[in-house]
This record gives sequence, C-alpha cells and structure tokens, in this order.
Amino acid sequence: MSAGQRRIVVEEIGEVTVASFTDKKILDEANIQVIGDQLFSLVDEDGRTRIVLDFTHVEYLSSAALGKLITLDKKVKAARGQLRLCAIRPEILEVFEITRLNKLFDIRQTQDDALAGL
Amino acid sequence: MSPTNDMSGVEEFLFEIPSETSAGLKVQETIIQKLQDRGFSERDIFGVRLALEEALVNAIKHGNGSDLSKQVRIEGWVNSDRLRVEIEDEGPGFSVADVPDPTADENLERPSGRGIMLMQAFMNSIEYNDRGNCVILEKQRDGSPDAE
Repeated sequence: MSAGQRRIVVEEIGEVTVASFTDKKILDEANIQVIGDQLFSLVDEDGRTRIVLDFTHVEYLSSAALGKLITLDKKVKAARGQLRLCAIRPEILEVFEITRLNKLFDIRQTQDDALAGL
Repeated sequence: MSPTNDMSGVEEFLFEIPSETSAGLKVQETIIQKLQDRGFSERDIFGVRLALEEALVNAIKHGNGSDLSKQVRIEGWVNSDRLRVEIEDEGPGFSVADVPDPTADENLERPSGRGIMLMQAFMNSIEYNDRGNCVILEKQRDGSPDAE
C-alpha cells in the first residue's frame, strides 16, 4: 500500500461533495495523516465547501481521526461552508457522544438525510 | 501481577516494541486475536481495540516522542473473562489531572486530548503508576444477556 493511495472516494452530487472513507479502521497514524491531507485538500485546494462525510464502511475510529475531523470542520466553517457526517454505526456514534463531538458536528442518519437541504 | 481468581485458561503475554505505531498495531492485533479466540463480544473487542490504540499511541508518540531507540513494554494476561494490559514507555510520565477536560465547551474544538477519556469509557478500569509512564487497563468480559 502506498502512501499516495486514496483513502476516501469523492463524488459530486449536485453542488455537494460526498467523501466516503474506504478504510474499515481509521486507527493507524500514517493512514490518518493521509486521510487528513486528502480531506483538507478538498477545501484548501479544490475549494469545496459543502461536504458530506460518509462513514458507511468505518468500523473503528481513534481520537487522532477525530482530531482530523475537527480540523476539517474548522476549515469548512472558515470558508463559510457546511460539513455533515452520515451513516455512522452505533459504536462509532457512541465515540462521538462520549466526547460530546455530536454537539460540534452536524450528524445525519443516512447520506440522503445529509444531502437534504445542503 | 498475576490474576488472583479464575486461574483457568490464563495466558500471559509480554511484548517489547520500538516506538513506531506499526509495531504497536501488530501487538494490538495479537491481543485482539486472543479475545476473539475466547469468544469476547464484538462490543468488548471494539472497546479494547480502541483503548489499546489510544494507549499505544500515547506511549509511542507522547511518552517516547517516537524515538526509535526507546521501547514500549506491553505486558499482561487474558483469561476467559478478563483482560489486563500494562503499557509502559520510557518517557518522564505525566499526570492525568493535568489533561484538560476535552468535553468542556472551551475545549470542544481542540483536535487532541480525547484518548484518555475514550479509554476510561470503554475499559472497566484504567490506572497509571505514580510516575505516569505506565497505564494499566482492564476489561471484564461483558456477560450481560443483551451482549449480543
């Protein structure tokens, strides 16, 4: 696996960018760094400001990954955009709830819910 | 330390690894396999994997500063209903009391500082030695009827 491998699949739906994680486990530091860079480039390089992050495949996620999501949220807010998270399985949602990050992020149940009105 | 009760099926383990996260990941997988072999629930395994990841990253990055000349020692035991893991780094140690509450409004947007909270949430017990360079994690198998 090369460091250049895409860790997210990006899709344009109307004016919204849907980014889906390809990894089941977002744990390893090196992977998290790559994922962070790829997410940040959506805003910093591509100028995308309406973003939905789809967690369908994600089974594990560490606090380091949460840190990248927080930084992405800040970038999107700074660009006056909107970030929504969706399709998060219950165990992962618990991680967001324990850390109270469910208050910081706009979390929707399904991708359709997240796309609605964005 | 050895388990004091239920000595049946106790397996002890000891790993010493360099300060790199890929080595930590291998240890994590090995310990998780021991739980899977003993039929621990998916929920237990989720919590243990997350806690081990957080503890190992803390030891490797924050404790040893990713210095490859420094080792992380992982020692513990597992039996049919309990896991105990000690993770010790060569760093100066820290005090949990000095770590700011990540759920406080003023800290909610800080990108770091949530690892200890997640370990506390998903393990039954988490303790540090006096120096603060060794964390001791324990997980009791979830025996509740709705564990599945």
